[in-house]
Amino acid sequence: MPFVEAIRLALSQIRAQKLKSFFTLLGVTIGVMFLIAVVAVINGMGRYMEEEFAGKLMGVNTFTLRHRPYFEMHTTDEEWRSFARRPRIYLHDVEPVVQALPPDVMWAIESRDQIPVSTKDMRPRDVEAFAVDGAFFEIRSLNVESGRLIAPHEFANGAKVVVIGQDVKKRFFPTTSALGRELRIGGVPYRIIGVMEEQGSVFGLSVDKFVVGPMNSPLARLLNRRFGVIDGIILKSSSMQGMREGMERVRQVMRGRHKLRPSQPDNFSIETTESALTFWAKIENILVMAGIVLPALGLVVGAIVIMNIMLVAVAQRTREIGIRKSLGARRRDILSQFLVEAATLSTIGAAFGILFGIGIAALVDRMSPMPASVAPWSVITAVILGAGVGIISGLYPAARAARLDPIVALRQE
Amino acid sequence: MTAHIDTPISSTAEREAVIRSAGLAPDEDWVIVTRGIQRDYDMGGEVVHALRGVDLAIRRNEYVAIMGPSGSGKSTLMNLIGCLDTPTAGEYWLNGMLVSDMTDDELARVRNREIGFVFQTFNLLPRATALHNVELPLVYAGVPSQERRQRATQALERVQLGDRATHRPNELSGGQRQRVAIARALVNEPAILLADEPTGNLDSGTSAEIMRVFESLAAEGQTVIMVTHEADIAAHARRIVVLRDGRISSDERRDTFAQRVALAQAAH
Repeated sequence: MPFVEAIRLALSQIRAQKLKSFFTLLGVTIGVMFLIAVVAVINGMGRYMEEEFAGKLMGVNTFTLRHRPYFEMHTTDEEWRSFARRPRIYLHDVEPVVQALPPDVMWAIESRDQIPVSTKDMRPRDVEAFAVDGAFFEIRSLNVESGRLIAPHEFANGAKVVVIGQDVKKRFFPTTSALGRELRIGGVPYRIIGVMEEQGSVFGLSVDKFVVGPMNSPLARLLNRRFGVIDGIILKSSSMQGMREGMERVRQVMRGRHKLRPSQPDNFSIETTESALTFWAKIENILVMAGIVLPALGLVVGAIVIMNIMLVAVAQRTREIGIRKSLGARRRDILSQFLVEAATLSTIGAAFGILFGIGIAALVDRMSPMPASVAPWSVITAVILGAGVGIISGLYPAARAARLDPIVALRQE
Repeated sequence: MTAHIDTPISSTAEREAVIRSAGLAPDEDWVIVTRGIQRDYDMGGEVVHALRGVDLAIRRNEYVAIMGPSGSGKSTLMNLIGCLDTPTAGEYWLNGMLVSDMTDDELARVRNREIGFVFQTFNLLPRATALHNVELPLVYAGVPSQERRQRATQALERVQLGDRATHRPNELSGGQRQRVAIARALVNEPAILLADEPTGNLDSGTSAEIMRVFESLAAEGQTVIMVTHEADIAAHARRIVVLRDGRISSDERRDTFAQRVALAQAAH
């Protein structure tokens, strides 16, 4: 029987039993739907990581020097202990590091932590507090919306001034201007001199809930109790090449300052956006694994349901098989008829799954903080999986139908 | 998807030898020749001999009824003639082909090309229209869809059902259903029309109508073989073969058969 004929037959069979077909499709539909949606979320996040997150959190051609890695997963206890034993980065490391770099390299230092801030009339709130110096705002591409940035003399004097993010502004000064108002950090009053432009969010977590003050102000002691200790140095080169060279020079300077022998490994970490992306790749792998289990379960259930339904169909349509055989259908005609029917059924299920999956991905993208974008390969995989599940689960029932003896089949009531 | 086996499987010489050995005239157009066909069934260890050696020869254009009480083997013979089954022993030549040792797929092809079935229970696909039911044999013959529709329409017109093409079986009367089945049987221009109790599910008025259809087909030159246990239905055929206990007990022209039946009834 020609293929087109078999598909037409399968479609009319499905149309004839809409409800039963719907339930048959459900497993495959749900499986494919999850596949499309989960992959879309993972894909969306991955793209987001590459396009926005890395830029927002790190910046292009930027690298950081810290005593231990910031982007790290699966750290063993032993590694943790070795990180804890590492010497910290000190203020007096800054000058030699910066000296070793070409003049076009911008630098900044930062210490950061979650600490509570308050005003006279408002209860304390945890915010991300930064104590910084150098070209912090330039490197991070932070611009003021109103007011001004911290001036060089305020950095030098350790003036008690801060610039605040949009969330902090909205929280403490929802209706009035924040400029010139007082913000208490660790009981010390700071004057707000600038409100920063909105940064948006990373994975739905606002990056606007921050305050930035001078490294020399008392704020630094709240973030790193030991005097002179800083979290890290941020360095931005004008080119990728400059960044690579800069990283190597910083490494040599720090090895020298920590008096490391050539045989000893680095006891500090230099990270770039690449480290962030490598970190993401590790998370992505785990998510993909998890994302495969759910759809696979749906498809296995779908396959079992389809096999069952096809076995029932073969039993119910034994007479029809007998008639067809008496009219000249060969084994392979009957086999392909039922195979095509199972495959069509499950491909339709997959098609619905793709539609729903794309719908869910669009919903997630719009309604939730998680970005989602449908991966073309997942759609192709879904179609192949759909047809494949149908063929595999239809194989046994179809073979049974094809083997039926026409005389016996015709006698069936 | 359709394999073509247009040359007979065995040589003409071999066939002629069989025809001669059967004592048949080699210059006549024999559409069916069976030589000592037997069919045994294994019923849970016990062998049942449904056919114990049947020699039957039917010319093209003959209108033959096969009669016999239940258990006489007439259904088994019909299955063998219809190529739904193969004999345990013996030879069966259909339209010049030795079908008794064909494979399943070859038999399917022979059923498709050489045999038109008409069943007691019509055996139409309930969800398909009359036209689609009639098209089915052409689907398996690999006929393109346009030609299929055309030929199926013609076949329906031949049984005066041209206006019922889009009806489904449940929208048709019993007689109409059987005529759709006849149209389906004829659509591939088979060598033989094989009817199994074609009026078994019909009232006497409708039966007469169906028998008139067979009558006119036979008059047009269609070979018709009809299996029945009803003497008045068999009486429509021009030759009547009676089976008993798996053997042919009589094989005669309609008039001699009628005389004998009348004599037998008079004797009672």
